[in-house]
Amino acid sequence: MADVAVPSGAVFTGAATEKRAVRIALTTVALVFLAIFLLLPLVSVFYEAFRSGFGVFLKAISDRDTLAAVRLTVLVAAVSVPANLIFGLAASWAIAKYEFRGKSFLITLIDLPFSVSPVTSGLIYVLLFGAHGYLGPFLQSHGIQVIFAVPGIVLATIFVTFPFIARELIPIMQAQGTQDEEAALSLGASGWRVFFRVTLPNVKWALLYGVLLCNARAMGEFGAVSVVSGHIRGKTNTMPLQVEILYNEYSYQAAFGVASLLALLALVTLIIKTVLEWRYAEEIAATRRH
Amino acid sequence: MVPITTHLARPVRRLAAAAIFGLAAALSGAPAFADVTILNVSYDPTRELYKAYDEAFAAYWKEKTGETVIVDQSHGGSGAQARAVIDGLNADVVTLALAADIDAVVSKSGKIPANWATLLPANSTPYTSTIVFLVRKGNPKGIKDWDDLVKDGIQVVTPNPKTSGGARWNYLAAWAYANAKFGGDEAKTREFVGKLYKNVPVLDSGARGSTTTFAQRGIGDVLLAWENEAFLAINELGPDQFEIVTPSLSIKAEPPVALVKGNTDAKGTTKVAEAYLEYLYSDPAQKIIAKNYYRPEKPEAADPEDLKRFADLKLVTIDDPQFGGWAKVQPAHFADGGIFDQIYKPGQ
Amino acid sequence: MTATAISAWRKPSVIPGFGLALGFTLAYLSLIVLIPLGGLVLRTVGMGWPQFLAIALDPRTLAALRLSFGASAIAAAVNTVFGLIVAWVLVRYDFPGRKIVDAVVDLPFALPTAVAGIALTAIYAPNGWVGQYASAFGIKIAYTPVGVFIALVFIGLPFVVRTVQPVLEDMDREVEEMAATLGAQRWTTVRRVVLPTLVPALLTGFALAFARAVGEYGSVIFIAGNIPYVSEIAPLLIVIRLTEFNYAAATAVASIMLALSFVLLFAINLLQAWSRRRLSHG
Repeated sequence: MADVAVPSGAVFTGAATEKRAVRIALTTVALVFLAIFLLLPLVSVFYEAFRSGFGVFLKAISDRDTLAAVRLTVLVAAVSVPANLIFGLAASWAIAKYEFRGKSFLITLIDLPFSVSPVTSGLIYVLLFGAHGYLGPFLQSHGIQVIFAVPGIVLATIFVTFPFIARELIPIMQAQGTQDEEAALSLGASGWRVFFRVTLPNVKWALLYGVLLCNARAMGEFGAVSVVSGHIRGKTNTMPLQVEILYNEYSYQAAFGVASLLALLALVTLIIKTVLEWRYAEEIAATRRH
Repeated sequence: MVPITTHLARPVRRLAAAAIFGLAAALSGAPAFADVTILNVSYDPTRELYKAYDEAFAAYWKEKTGETVIVDQSHGGSGAQARAVIDGLNADVVTLALAADIDAVVSKSGKIPANWATLLPANSTPYTSTIVFLVRKGNPKGIKDWDDLVKDGIQVVTPNPKTSGGARWNYLAAWAYANAKFGGDEAKTREFVGKLYKNVPVLDSGARGSTTTFAQRGIGDVLLAWENEAFLAINELGPDQFEIVTPSLSIKAEPPVALVKGNTDAKGTTKVAEAYLEYLYSDPAQKIIAKNYYRPEKPEAADPEDLKRFADLKLVTIDDPQFGGWAKVQPAHFADGGIFDQIYKPGQ
Repeated sequence: MTATAISAWRKPSVIPGFGLALGFTLAYLSLIVLIPLGGLVLRTVGMGWPQFLAIALDPRTLAALRLSFGASAIAAAVNTVFGLIVAWVLVRYDFPGRKIVDAVVDLPFALPTAVAGIALTAIYAPNGWVGQYASAFGIKIAYTPVGVFIALVFIGLPFVVRTVQPVLEDMDREVEEMAATLGAQRWTTVRRVVLPTLVPALLTGFALAFARAVGEYGSVIFIAGNIPYVSEIAPLLIVIRLTEFNYAAATAVASIMLALSFVLLFAINLLQAWSRRRLSHG
């Protein structure tokens, strides 16, 4: 990849590229498609949020319940992202560094939550922990509240974001093989030391990318959280749920205000990712080339 | 290979710092100190009412007992809320759109005593409402009564009666009108209501969703709405855009309240939760109720100015012989394969 | 377990930590994913065939599944075509702002679905930015199946672009040069040389976009109109059944969706493996 880092029409002006007119047409189609389907919704969020001025926006997002929703959202992400990070590292280590039977089946299982509807993700925890669920009576008799409380929201979020980091790490660790680790081990390094000094640095970009995406999804999950939340104002509403509530309260401006915060989070995620990719392009290419 | 931990450390350390910072921020926002917290699980259009009432009750309780009480609110479609309580949402009181949803909690969780309706005055209904029409300013389609809703080319916005309590009242109001019009002929009544639902372009799952569809998205010519919801919509979205049309006949919508004794006993909040519901019948509460466009159980306690807003119209109750109470209506009309399912088959 | 049994099951390796890593992976996977999903399957099995079939063959269930799978397939197909064009343009051409456009492609990954939902509704409702022009021509977008399709295109696009892009980047341009010097027309080269190489990636992208779209809830419910038999998606039907205290129906619909997605994903995986084999032999 590094040798054609910026592949451009100018490099291959010869027969291996399209006619100028075709190039322009294709580029236009791509840009118009992206503008209509991706940019327009983004712009409309900010437009609606600031339509009645910045003061109204500030008032909307400094509402007590909204702030509580922001706190809960941060808390949920702060628990579920590290949990899935540790899992992602363990799973990719097991899958990439060893050969064992049933490996592809294991990968399929890790992918499972990806093909499960968010609504179903919420439903399974209701079936498990709800008052009529398998564990419901036990939890109730011990006074433990899982669904309609923070633990349920965290669990549903972990489920939905389950494969994100593992899926980023597995292919890159597989591509890198085990030579580096074997070399370090033969020099007498301990297992943990090899992991922290050799493996982790080799996959850090994929790791960071996975964490970013996982975090964005964790903070933005709606369907699964909606099923298990209970919608208690100021207690179990995350930001996406707060958006829906405000939207249903005739507070369209406030709804779009909170939505714009989430959209801002999305933008920051993309910007960090892009900047990292620019700044460390060489290094990323190097780790990929392994 | 040279260890590149320093390179690694930077982004990872920053991430960790951000996470810790976030966690700290999340935890620092501890809720205000309260001696007791109760949870009121309610339906959609009561948000504004209970916002005002919870404050009044907290002040009353503080004065009476010296305790600081915080009332948490949960709002959603009435059926969805009942489902959440059945599944274990730790409600102290439920204030739902109709008795059938509270009955569901009774039969499926046993946390509410079966005689709940008799435990508070007026069938445990401290306020009532009715179903009216909200039309666009100037009433361009000239909608006056239910007959106008079944005409060709009229779009009626109402939520799904299977999921929304308000929508069930809408449906029953239309049914009551048709029943009176056709002198109790059920076949004709069914046809009338079926025709009305043929004119529904969007079937939201809750009353609030329908209001948004009608008011904000510009869909439909008429919105069937709770009277309080219609007033609120005009208030919030501007009297220059909508007006209320009162039909000749409608239904007396009775949204009841009940104590979830199974939960309050476990939490030790029975006393305050009971007081919370009883206080709804007090004069100051009735005043708040009328102010929030609900018809108070005791009109004499309300501000006469507020009462003037409620139009006088013929109201049929759910206990009318044609319905026979929720225990009969719910299975006959709204169960799977019931009358609503039989008459509502769009696209078929 | 004896040492020989272990070695038959996995190849020996000098790298330590296999037990710990795999053990943790399996434990976490079981706790978070397998046991809860097992509960769903158990409930479905527990209800027995007659009840399950009655729910599965209910016209409303069928209509919802048809919409969810149909709209997802169309949206994924559209994304495959436009995703290929976007990936092609991003990899092969240079134009001002290319890197920014490249970054924007990931937006649907990062933007919460509820936000996408209210934004798309605001745009495509009859009084919205795009909706007003469409409705002037008598075209309704929001509150129809078309609205569902639009939302599904939005959430699915990056899957296709991000799977096709790396393959295009790694592709050896010399083969194309060679085909050209041998006198092949550009279109012929693309059709005969480039596209076949991209087929596995395109299939993967399609499958991913499809799988994501079938289960999508947040962005769709705002824009769909949610009319039974017409614009009610299967995940919404699950929620509605839950609201009606009908756990059996909610569970059954969820299981059907799960099973159908699996079968389709499995089929597409096979197709992919087949096309990869064919390529390596061709």
